[in-house]
Amino acid sequence: MNEAAIVVENVTKRFEDITAVDGLSLTVDKGELFGLLGPNGAGKTTTINILCGLLEPTSGSVKVGGYDVRKEPNKVRKLIGVSPQETAVYPHLTGKENIELFGNLHTMPREKLKGNVDELLQKLSLREHAKRRAGGCSGGMMRRINLAMSLVHDPEIAFLDEPTVGMDPQSRRAVWDFIRELKKLNKTVLLTTHYMEEAEELCDRVGIIDNGKLISLGTPQQLKKQSNARNLEEVFLQLTGKRIREEV
Amino acid sequence: MKLQRVFALSKKNLKAVIRDPGALFMLILFPVIATMAFGFSFGTADSGQPTYQIGVVNADFSGLRWSQYFIGNLSETMILNVQNYSDSGAALGDLSQGNIQAVLIIPGDFGLSCNSFWNSPTNPSHWVNTTVILFLDSGSLFATQAIPTIIQQTLSRTVHGIQPASTYGPVNIGIPSLVDVSKLTTFDYFAPGFFAFFAIFSIMTVAQSFTFEREKGLLRRIRTTPTTSSEFMASQAVSNMIIAMIQVATVFLVATLVGYQPLGDVTSFILAFIILSIFSLCCVGFGLIAATLAKSSGAATGIAFIFIMPLMFLGTFVSVGLSAIAKDAGKFVPSYYVTDALTSLFLRGASVTSPAILLDISIVTIYSAVVLILGIILYGKYGKT
Repeated sequence: MNEAAIVVENVTKRFEDITAVDGLSLTVDKGELFGLLGPNGAGKTTTINILCGLLEPTSGSVKVGGYDVRKEPNKVRKLIGVSPQETAVYPHLTGKENIELFGNLHTMPREKLKGNVDELLQKLSLREHAKRRAGGCSGGMMRRINLAMSLVHDPEIAFLDEPTVGMDPQSRRAVWDFIRELKKLNKTVLLTTHYMEEAEELCDRVGIIDNGKLISLGTPQQLKKQSNARNLEEVFLQLTGKRIREEV
Repeated sequence: MKLQRVFALSKKNLKAVIRDPGALFMLILFPVIATMAFGFSFGTADSGQPTYQIGVVNADFSGLRWSQYFIGNLSETMILNVQNYSDSGAALGDLSQGNIQAVLIIPGDFGLSCNSFWNSPTNPSHWVNTTVILFLDSGSLFATQAIPTIIQQTLSRTVHGIQPASTYGPVNIGIPSLVDVSKLTTFDYFAPGFFAFFAIFSIMTVAQSFTFEREKGLLRRIRTTPTTSSEFMASQAVSNMIIAMIQVATVFLVATLVGYQPLGDVTSFILAFIILSIFSLCCVGFGLIAATLAKSSGAATGIAFIFIMPLMFLGTFVSVGLSAIAKDAGKFVPSYYVTDALTSLFLRGASVTSPAILLDISIVTIYSAVVLILGIILYGKYGKT
């Protein structure tokens, strides 16, 4: 039996009269790349915020790396790396300085930090612009800096909230390759996305979430087979009666 | 507490100031420009000697020439521009209109008094004592301080024939007390209040920085790392103390270049740095309270001024011309005690261990601790989201 990296048990989160997450239960194994799929407002980001301790669930329990997030948040924070959906970088710092800052917040040794920063800059194609202030970078570059900041300390568990949203296809491919490498390093990755092809391409298993409820769970192949669908987009359409992304 | 985190966050905060033209202007360039402007306007860098218009009413009926000598000596000072009046009413009228800064009335027995001194210089019982009456423009701070001293010196020189070591003689000036000889300029009086004045603006930059980081999701992001609230707040305190020290050093340097001549020694300067560093923590506290109340970084600027204005008007050099009530109100703001301590150090030449300075430092420290703790509590409870 695989060791569980993330255990979510019957979690509900209400904001006044809105239920953002409704009785969610799921387990993510160590080394697994798990995709949480759903349209905007489905509850994906709220779930991630609960998992990394930014939000307290109204009910239910969450364990990350074997630690209860509510009771031992500091132990959880040492294990995780969080890449938020909205790019959160210091505009007055360069891309490299932003990444180094978060390495220092995880108290990385100087040499290790330097090595990791160089490696991330290389892998995410940021080296050329490493000394440019983040505020002057393109949206795609900022998203890559955003991602590097969450992974510089080599976390055991990574929460990547829509990591490729707004990226051009080339950047997206680079990030996909990078995420695949994380899996090879036996890292646990919880990825939220509303790009079906991204989930199909990367994830070992996916959970489809809609209106805060987990409506389906399995490998991309299992889900397609169960719904007799050609892709996850069709799976979602059959399960909810709506498209995951509004056509532009 | 991990120093690596505090150091990294402090470095980030300092870079935010250095690389943001707005913050850099408010915290460093504005103090430099303002100090230079005030220094050149009111300091000794200007080589011209100030002159004061003085009205003289000569009522001496003795027929002796002593009063003429006295008036001549007043003119020779080159500081007093003498205008003769035949009656005191006209002179006082001009004084009330601000046309002249002082009126001197030479009494009728002035010549007799001077003669009596020369006839028996060592026997005061034979002197005819008299008093010259001096009216001053109470609206002119520097006229009230400089003119009596100049007149006293000129009077002594007239009576004794030379500049004596003391003002001993039969003729006195009829004002309650004479001030010490002072070479201070307006700028010297203002300078202690400058330091607190400029430090106050860090309230705005702290409030803006917190609200900006909150708006951009940076604070939430840091909360997903093992960084504790105390480490984050410590970094704010460290970076603002460093900024305060840079600010003080810069203002001192610029002020000195434009002629500021503070009293005190090295310990006075060290103490000034310490006081302003402590005060910078108070500004961080006020900045946190402003950030708690503000919904956006734009609003933070406006709300910061709710704290900046009273601190500025009641507690810095701006308060020089305030009413007695406003001056009493100043005792409720910490900048008042910062300015008072620096005034004692640099204007009064007080020792760093003098009770007045120790009291000022104690009040600033307690005030800063209370405001900072209050700011941290309020921000932690209501300001994070």
